[in-house]
Amino acid sequence: MSGSHAHALYFHGHSAVHRLPGAVKLAALFVYVLAVVATPPTFFPAMVVHVAVLLTALAFSELPVGFFLRRLLVDIPFVLFALFLPLVGTAPHIEVGFLSLSVPGLYAAWNIIVKATLGVGASVIVGGTTEVPEIVAGLERLRVPRLMTAIISSMVRYMEVVGDEFKRARIAMEARGFRARWLGHARPLATSAGALFIRSYERGERVYQAMAARGFTGHMPDLEERGPISPGQWATGLAPAAVSLVAAAAALLLT
Amino acid sequence: MHIPDGFINLGTSAAAGVISAATVGVSLKKASQEHDRIIPMAGLTAAFIFALQMLNFPVGAGVSGHLLGGALAAVLVGPWVGTLVMSVVLIVQALLIADGGLSALGLNVLNMGIVAVWVGWLLFRGLTKALPKTTGWAIVSSMLAAFVSVVAAAIAFTIEYAIGGQGGASLSTVLTGMVGVHALIGIGEAIITGVVLGAVLAVRPDLVAGVEGVDLAPTRSAPSARAVWAFVVGGMVVALALVFFVAPLADPDPDGLNFVAIDTGFDHTEQPSPIDTPLAGYGVKGIEDDRVGTITAGAIGTVVVFGIGLGLVALVRRRRTA
Repeated sequence: MSGSHAHALYFHGHSAVHRLPGAVKLAALFVYVLAVVATPPTFFPAMVVHVAVLLTALAFSELPVGFFLRRLLVDIPFVLFALFLPLVGTAPHIEVGFLSLSVPGLYAAWNIIVKATLGVGASVIVGGTTEVPEIVAGLERLRVPRLMTAIISSMVRYMEVVGDEFKRARIAMEARGFRARWLGHARPLATSAGALFIRSYERGERVYQAMAARGFTGHMPDLEERGPISPGQWATGLAPAAVSLVAAAAALLLT
Repeated sequence: MHIPDGFINLGTSAAAGVISAATVGVSLKKASQEHDRIIPMAGLTAAFIFALQMLNFPVGAGVSGHLLGGALAAVLVGPWVGTLVMSVVLIVQALLIADGGLSALGLNVLNMGIVAVWVGWLLFRGLTKALPKTTGWAIVSSMLAAFVSVVAAAIAFTIEYAIGGQGGASLSTVLTGMVGVHALIGIGEAIITGVVLGAVLAVRPDLVAGVEGVDLAPTRSAPSARAVWAFVVGGMVVALALVFFVAPLADPDPDGLNFVAIDTGFDHTEQPSPIDTPLAGYGVKGIEDDRVGTITAGAIGTVVVFGIGLGLVALVRRRRTA
């Protein structure tokens, strides 16, 4: 372990969004996502507000646009599913060129694509600006059970170790002339996965012994000083989510 | 299988969130009674499942079949820790790589962390007790448990879609598609689960929670290539059987699953075909009976997807060798 806390989605920076406490960002993300999901998809003004809120947060986060767009690609399998809906959807249908598209299917596709993309975008902004210990501390502050956050932080701490071990096994196999084929591929790969499980589990036992030897009491120590969150920080962090919440409420009332 | 935000409506997501939170709460209690070492053990098993999910096997165009690992986690560390492990993986995926929506976290935990884990666990325990107690049969049981757990998660998804989905497609279309595709993913899941379990049983059978109290006579540690092929063929047969028997169940009586009005349901013959292909609207041209039509379409679709999967693998393999 190199001591770096950066994870795959994190983008180092010192923007206003980076400096907000994790708890505030997680709460804001949750409220924003709920507001987006609750909005009737055909009420376009509210959707425009949600997009504007997301773009404002993106601007303040100073994340590079290319980075943001690349991370949005997680969305693709469900976008494909959504694009399929107008083709197999129920009546009534409209003719677009040589295709006959289902109107409920089109609405459903629009709904899924826009909401999923906004949700992924908001998660990317929070993930991109928050380091892992900050996320874990935030979850704890938001009353997620201690045991759960401790498991999460131990997982995150060893994710790269286990992943790298897997990569090394793969490189070792390739160095010995193992070539990836489908069914033939499955067996040696899964055998090394079995070995990886044994190593992970045994590492877990050693980690526990080391923790117990150092007087582990059931709570992971947090090495960083984290003062109380000021009302101002809560207000700044939650403001964009509040705007979306108002938009969602207005949309629900007006439709 | 990772549901994004907005795919299922808020009420259904919230209900699933409550069920999942309660189950995770009970699992936390049960698991910490089982071991005192729960934090590093569950954390490292979660890191292992996370690494394993990076193993992608191609299923067909646009479908990345990656291991879910629910049944494997259940068999290796038991259902309580298994649920915790899967939930932690899903939380980290939602927060750090934006895979699976935060508002849909409850749904994802329910499908992959609870349904898949418990179906896999109960089936594996039942089978290992009923079948001859050898390592070979334990591996076969785990493969079946893994296969069924993936299909069960797909069915759970379809039920959620029926309750709070964004409509558009008829329920039977979604069910046929989800179950068909996941039957194929299930084959890959079964192979990986079986071989991983075989490798662990060969070296450290004491680490496998699923065979606790079962005295296994050792046979060979991992299935041979022929056994794997036999399983693939068997899995195809089961996949087709599912398309034949499960898919039509939804049509004659949509009320069973259906809480939202799915208006036209199955009247594809009276609608203009969306696109003029032989499988348009999931009905085969020239077949009058709707139900037979869907089954045939589903079956052909399953075989075609499987064929595309094999074809893509062949292509990738050729390019790598070239």
